Amino acid sequence: MINMKELVIETRNLSKRFGDFIAVDNISFEVNKGEIFGFLGANGAGKTTAMRMLCGLSIPSSGDAMIAGFDVYKETESIKKNIGYMSQKFSLYENLTVEENIQFFGGIYGLSNSDIKEKGRALIQKLGLESESRKLVGSLPLGWKQKLSFSVAVIHEPKIVFLDEPTGGVDPLTRRQFWDLIYEAADRGVTIFVTTHYMDEAEYCNRICIMVDGKIGAMGAPDFLKKKFRASSMDEVFYELARGAQRKDA
Amino acid sequence: MLNITPNIIVKASQLRKVYGKEKTVAVDDVSFEVNRGEVFGLIGPDGAGKTSIFRMLTTLLLPDGGSAMVDGNDIVIDYKKIRSNVGYMPGKFSLYQDLSIEENINFFATVFGTTLEENYEIIKEIYVQIEPFKKRRAGKLSGGMKQKLALCCALIHKPKILFLDEPTTGVDPVSRKEFWDMLKRLKDQDITIVVSTPYMDEANLCDRIALIQKGKILSIDTPNAIVAAYPDALMEIKADNLYYLLRDLNAYEYTLSCFTFGEFLHLALKQNNVNSKLELNTYLTSKGHQNIIINPVTPTVEDCFIKLLHD
Repeated sequence: MINMKELVIETRNLSKRFGDFIAVDNISFEVNKGEIFGFLGANGAGKTTAMRMLCGLSIPSSGDAMIAGFDVYKETESIKKNIGYMSQKFSLYENLTVEENIQFFGGIYGLSNSDIKEKGRALIQKLGLESESRKLVGSLPLGWKQKLSFSVAVIHEPKIVFLDEPTGGVDPLTRRQFWDLIYEAADRGVTIFVTTHYMDEAEYCNRICIMVDGKIGAMGAPDFLKKKFRASSMDEVFYELARGAQRKDA
Repeated sequence: MLNITPNIIVKASQLRKVYGKEKTVAVDDVSFEVNRGEVFGLIGPDGAGKTSIFRMLTTLLLPDGGSAMVDGNDIVIDYKKIRSNVGYMPGKFSLYQDLSIEENINFFATVFGTTLEENYEIIKEIYVQIEPFKKRRAGKLSGGMKQKLALCCALIHKPKILFLDEPTTGVDPVSRKEFWDMLKRLKDQDITIVVSTPYMDEANLCDRIALIQKGKILSIDTPNAIVAAYPDALMEIKADNLYYLLRDLNAYEYTLSCFTFGEFLHLALKQNNVNSKLELNTYLTSKGHQNIIINPVTPTVEDCFIKLLHD
């Protein structure tokens, strides 16, 4: 799937400044269709700011970026229609039922009523949530919420889905089931852009970008990075890079 | 400290907490003991009941059943004594956002009838890192600085026991390591530490751990003993495409369990014999896998947790 080399994310010298502070400093990278791309970095390294620009939520200070073929300056609305997004903090509405959330987000993403019905049914069946479909999302265990949230974020078959620490706080079994969903989506050609603090999850990515002080500290496949830093695990690679960070989140 | 007779500082007996009209059981008859001077970890995901246990032990929540003693005091009857003996750092930042670092510390010191100067020694090492910003409002601090301030406020009255509820959740691996180094030094000052975390790799940094899920304790012991009790022979397996490897191993008729662990999969077979590895290799080769690596591997606490969830 990566052989097609269709680029879905392209950034060149992308920067974001807040006053004197350079949150994101001249980053350039590309992500291929169907790739699982891990975006790592210490707290304060600029991950969230970069991700907000890529999602069309924040206008860059300088540089260029194309997301799913759309420009981050002029076509932010088209970007939003072609991506999915979930994070641990924002996912679903707790006081709506499972079905209502699917209807709501399906509607937001511009699906027709019949599509919402059909895809919603398939989704509920796949997650085994049949008996919970009329329950409030707030009453579901966190692991189910996260899996549902991911499935809703890709219900419109977006080109890219952005996942911001999607597995924080869930049990180790659910964390792995969640990654099964990620793999499946990537296999269907959905590009995955994911941030995580779990270094074992970094290994599951095709390529990783590690941000240090707003810049790209290192980028490449996990094996490549481990060789480059003569490290036995991604944890060591991360530690090696982040330790040298100037911008300490004191 | 394990050479002497363990001196129990926290004892929870059949502790129970039930919430709401639907009578959701958050803490389900939980019993455990914490020895004086140790770092005791409650390891489990969100919703396991960790916070409810912490809030009952720190006298902020009344149990619906069972009892607990903290440093010789009953959590219901002697709650006032407990409050002056424990430090509590909740998972959610709970200091006054519009007070400065200095004002927050002075506030908590005054509430406990002490001063920053009096107990400076105990927080010194952490405080000096945030001191340059002492006039800054707490709400304007970065995550790491907030955490250090919260720790200072929880320690300002020189508690005997420190309860830390998920202090490292959402914190990057480097900052997590630094935080645990800080805890180690607090332990050296004879403070007992009860800490909760969803990160299984932090289990090894505790003297003893309780694995907890859905309000129930699955296992309590030292991390080494928990790992030693793992019943199956584990192998680590790697090949070029991890996703297809996982799919094929889950479909393999002799597979008992198979889960991803970083760049490897951890596989347990229903039966192990001298030919197992060879047969496995043949099977995977027939499925088209390349660069197959198969090695025996020691389980981790995370393997044990998954095994316990599975049972």
